[in-house]
Amino acid sequence: MTSAALRSRAWKLLEMVTTPLLPSDYLDLVSPLRAGADLRGRIEAVHPETADAATVVIRPGRGWRGHTAGQYVRIGVEVDGVRLWRAYSITSPTNRQDGRVTITVKAIPDGKVSNHLVHRATPGTLIRLDQPTGDFVLPPARPAKVLYLTAGSGITPVMGMLRGIEFDDVVMIHCAPQPQDVIFRNELHDLVADRKLRLTEVHTDTDGRLDIARLGELVPDWAERETWACGPAGLLDAAEEHWTEHGVRERLHTERFRPRIVVAGDGGEVTFSATGKTVDADGATPLLDIGEEAGVLMPSGCRMGICFGCVTPLKAGAVRDLRTGEITEAEPGVLIQTCVSAAAGPCDIER
Amino acid sequence: MTAIDPTAHLTAEQIEELGRELDAIRDEVIASRGEKDAAYIRKVISAQRKLELASRGVLLFSIFPPAWLLGTAGLSVAKIMDNMEIGHNVLHGQWDWMRDPKIHSTTWEWDHVSPAEQWKHSHNELHHTYTNVIGRDNDLGYGIMRVDEDQKWHPLHLGQPLWNLVNACFFEYGIAAYDLELGKNLHKRRRRNPEFRARAKAVGRKIRKQVLKDYVIHPLLSGPSFLTTLAATFTANVVRNIWSHSVIMCGHFPEGVQVFERQSVKGETRGQWYLRQMMGSANISGSRAMHFMTGNLSHQIEHHLFPDLPSNRYAEVAVKVRALFEKYELEYVTGPLPKQVLSAWRKVVRLSLPNKKPKVKTPARDKALVSA
Repeated sequence: MTSAALRSRAWKLLEMVTTPLLPSDYLDLVSPLRAGADLRGRIEAVHPETADAATVVIRPGRGWRGHTAGQYVRIGVEVDGVRLWRAYSITSPTNRQDGRVTITVKAIPDGKVSNHLVHRATPGTLIRLDQPTGDFVLPPARPAKVLYLTAGSGITPVMGMLRGIEFDDVVMIHCAPQPQDVIFRNELHDLVADRKLRLTEVHTDTDGRLDIARLGELVPDWAERETWACGPAGLLDAAEEHWTEHGVRERLHTERFRPRIVVAGDGGEVTFSATGKTVDADGATPLLDIGEEAGVLMPSGCRMGICFGCVTPLKAGAVRDLRTGEITEAEPGVLIQTCVSAAAGPCDIER
Repeated sequence: MTAIDPTAHLTAEQIEELGRELDAIRDEVIASRGEKDAAYIRKVISAQRKLELASRGVLLFSIFPPAWLLGTAGLSVAKIMDNMEIGHNVLHGQWDWMRDPKIHSTTWEWDHVSPAEQWKHSHNELHHTYTNVIGRDNDLGYGIMRVDEDQKWHPLHLGQPLWNLVNACFFEYGIAAYDLELGKNLHKRRRRNPEFRARAKAVGRKIRKQVLKDYVIHPLLSGPSFLTTLAATFTANVVRNIWSHSVIMCGHFPEGVQVFERQSVKGETRGQWYLRQMMGSANISGSRAMHFMTGNLSHQIEHHLFPDLPSNRYAEVAVKVRALFEKYELEYVTGPLPKQVLSAWRKVVRLSLPNKKPKVKTPARDKALVSA
């Protein structure tokens, strides 16, 4: 018998010992970061960067596969007891000696997770991690001339790139309201002093917004440069238009943070993606009724919100709890009680 | 059972007002649910796992009487924690709001021969929706006993004190049979129903796993302590069974708890539903440790009003609920465990015989619950 087969037999035996739990339920108590466990990380430190941004140092579990500069990671954090998932760019270099990774987070107004991470996260806390992902990365063949065009927290994936790889000719244009809002400002200025980077800071409070049409004044050879841009949608839309107009669209790489815009209106189009049915729903009828009327096989129980027999994954959109008016937005792992939830805008129910 | 409807003095408007006040209590807890509650359930789950592991470790040496005693006691408590404060409540969806797939009603499995999926249906949907409605709520005597004068007497009920005792000792099997609705489904034609067969198979698999673990694997691991470990796990299972059976008997069987006619729940409003839960449940008074070991089912009334609120919050809810009972002049049935268990047993014995007098119909009560 091969060792893999032997191990799988031994594991089966162990499962018979621990049933109805799994051996991993017990191992998680003592070694949550071990190889083979669900991927987790431990927050080891939180360093403030600006008044509303901080870098979180994470020790990833043994299953962490490592990242490419520019990628992001999805993390699951408990805020007020509720696990919420968000994506953040990795800002540490890929070759960091101690194996830790860092993400840098800017607290956005009403941002549950970002405010928690920046202001309240404490070292020692366990978080859930996904493997790093994203195609906002540098190509294997290094371009001769590079332009980084960033705004606000859009600097974070680019910082991962700046820290990881050196180029001969790098120009960066970064926009932030004021000098003290520039994340990593000292480190950027050190790079400039070492002649590794040419940096233009646009302070939008005093300079006004960056006008992409006048980019040539700041970087005359911008069209020859392989460009990575990250920032708010307005900046990226303008950039894409500008690069397209000049016939060099293929040189522009963008990363959008894709803020989820949820139109929490009354009712909307409900898609039952597993059965492929789409129906219009008002904002007062439980999704359970909507589904049943559309002939979707919906699990159901008490039909009054107590038995949890009807819980179903919400894949996209938002629903409103008919009892409390509370809005629940789609996120991986979010389950809703269809008997007491109505559509609050278009939504996708996995049935 | 009283022949007088204890809610007759309430107007339809008062009943709806009562419902609104209960909704407000629920909203308060939901608004303040958070980190502390999450930390609580995680701590309980972690403690249960450590206790079970330690107890089973000690039982490896169960051939020595002190080890047997300690291990058996620890394992009994661990199994009770698993079923009551953790399993029952997680399966109710009380912790679903944490969005942790590892502590979720749709993924949880417990140390019990009835698979979580089937128990959730018979318990959460049938029992909690149709609480104490004769003919709808099978928890009323589990289909084998008569626990209210309004239930028809049958000569088989003569043996119900004995059935109840046997059921207490092997309660988890009783629950599994009950979740399968064996009484109904063993009928010749239903036995072949593929849906029933699939469910019966699932129960068979669960029983096999549980039995293999408790009565084969752990005794084998104990080597020379094989027989004593076997005796220990058997004892722990029986202790857990008798304990949960007693707690659950106290929830709906003691004197003073009301039952309802099938007709009375038709077109029931939210206020009326709440009122039925209030009158159909009974609490157990006691220390914090007592509440914990019952999985906070000692707050049965509060649990039935708000089955999906986290169990650690029932104690604070109970204060407000009790005030409402007083305000609306309703009887809050509660008492210490021995008194309530005795009261329930007395009823089981008394109702094993036919009613003494011809049954008095209770039009007042029916009317109150049908109207509006």
